[in-house]
Amino acid sequence: MIEIEGLTKTFGEGPTAFTALDDVSVTIQSNEFFTLLGPSGCGKTTLLRTIAGFLDPTRGKLTLDGEDLLSKPPHHRPVNTVFQSYALFPHMTVSENIAFGLQMLKRPKAEISATVSEMLELVQMTAMADRKTAQISGGQQQRVALARALAPRPKVLLLDEPLSALDFKLRKEMQLELKRLQHETGITFVFVTHDQEEALTMSDRIAVMNAGTIRQIGGPRDIYDHPAERFVADFIGDTNFLKAQMLSTEGAGSKVRLSSGAEIMAKPAQGEPPATNGASVTLAVRPEHADLCDPNGALLAGSLKNVVYFGTDTHYHVGLESGEMFILRRQNQPGHTQNWATGDRVGLDFAPGTAQILKD
Amino acid sequence: MRKGFDVRRQPGFTAIAMGCFILLYLPIILLVAYSFNAGESIAIWEGFSWRWYASAWENEQVKDATIRSLILAASSSAVATTAAVLAALATTRSKPWRGQTVVFAMVNQPLMVPEIVTAVSLLIVFAVVKSFTGYTGLGYLILAHSAFCIPFAYMPVRARLQGMDLSLEQAGSDLYGTPLQVFRHITLPQLWPGILAGAMLAFVISLDDVVITEFVKSAGQDTLPTYMLGQLRRVVTPEINAISTALLAISVIMVTAFFFINKTRK
Repeated sequence: MIEIEGLTKTFGEGPTAFTALDDVSVTIQSNEFFTLLGPSGCGKTTLLRTIAGFLDPTRGKLTLDGEDLLSKPPHHRPVNTVFQSYALFPHMTVSENIAFGLQMLKRPKAEISATVSEMLELVQMTAMADRKTAQISGGQQQRVALARALAPRPKVLLLDEPLSALDFKLRKEMQLELKRLQHETGITFVFVTHDQEEALTMSDRIAVMNAGTIRQIGGPRDIYDHPAERFVADFIGDTNFLKAQMLSTEGAGSKVRLSSGAEIMAKPAQGEPPATNGASVTLAVRPEHADLCDPNGALLAGSLKNVVYFGTDTHYHVGLESGEMFILRRQNQPGHTQNWATGDRVGLDFAPGTAQILKD
Repeated sequence: MRKGFDVRRQPGFTAIAMGCFILLYLPIILLVAYSFNAGESIAIWEGFSWRWYASAWENEQVKDATIRSLILAASSSAVATTAAVLAALATTRSKPWRGQTVVFAMVNQPLMVPEIVTAVSLLIVFAVVKSFTGYTGLGYLILAHSAFCIPFAYMPVRARLQGMDLSLEQAGSDLYGTPLQVFRHITLPQLWPGILAGAMLAFVISLDDVVITEFVKSAGQDTLPTYMLGQLRRVVTPEINAISTALLAISVIMVTAFFFINKTRK
């Protein structure tokens, strides 16, 4: 279990100082696939490098299974890193790379060679054992980097955007592979990415970061279905934002009035007392949760500005009467005939309880 | 189609370029050519012969000076390169510290101070040391050469260190290597081409030095260049050309090797 408390990292001094991590606190469970997700510059890599020991935080606490990590140099931390650039040693072969950590730990020779062949098999690189690292492909280098970091059996494996250099198909493959390896080895994975889809498909839990702070922590479904605030809703998937007025709180839901005057039930904001009645709130509605319908009696109405065909689905851009733009997504089913054309007046509908009220 | 400014199309460019090349290389070509002169003159061609090479080869003084030059160049390039590697590590692999720029400037000082000034100051210091210790061996020359060779060895090592992917060393420490182990197993194998290049440059620079050697050497400690300088004061025969050509060949080979090492192993 990694416990991080009030971790702060400031680069530089005076007016040019930059706070990369701002009072970050999080607990990562053992055997968890934990993802740090956020745009570049949000502090996710800084946090990862602090856990690895390449950076000293300005303030804060960091413990692994109750043991202080900050007082230890990187080579005394039972933590291994898969670098974004892989950082394979170019003057060594594939198996020498994998053996390096075990050699530094002064493990017996027999154990080292046994672990190396086990690791080679795990990442399916046995045939390449004696190649130099420059002689193998990017995907293979990625596997070797993974095997090298796993070989010493660390308590925690840190992965710094390890899939970003791979092409689309290989990336998909490696995502499943990583998930499998995490399951088989039972090692805690801390994974850094800016790719929200990658985070959603692989993680047990995700911490969404922005400007050096953690904005929300939760399972993939939690984060997608119940975004706490505008940044999270906007960063994970596509979202429509609608202005609405709070009417009343009824049990687990909140009744709000849309700009059209229609009243619907929405999910209340995460981790906050419900807004006072009459207050104006922001609603987040996912594009796939809404559908087009007859404008008469619809929740919202507007004119269809644009229809974009995407193969699996079609996106409809609707200019609402309130002036807001709403994008909705419909899956293209066989026999589905398109009933709407650009310029049509259309209605919008979404099921009760799909709209999410956001923290201000 | 109009192209941008191209210096090669300016009037007189070709003439100036040719003039520069002639000035640079014609004297050297003449020197090499006359080393094969059959006659005794360094200006009148009397046919081809290897006689001056043979004569230089048999000249005990030349042999003695050559051996001294090689020992001096080898030991001072070894000392200079070791110091240069340490200096390069300190200026590239440590957190920025106060006075780093000053140290950088000081390491490169021999490039900027006029050689004659260094020579005279060394002469004075070593004269004092000699009178106190009575030691008159090759040590003074090795020390002096090491000092002015340091910046030449430092430059390629530093360039190599700066070009190196820092994450390699981080990966080394991440995989439980102590700082010393990381240096030995990760940094050093990557650094060899830079070290070799630096050592070779230092070797050539030391081999070639006249001014500082002339001032620092004790009696009977002629190196090849100072021996040649001494000869020029007497009768000049193409033997000097032959020795020069041999020195030139060594320098060219080493500098070429330096470029190839730097290029291919990057």
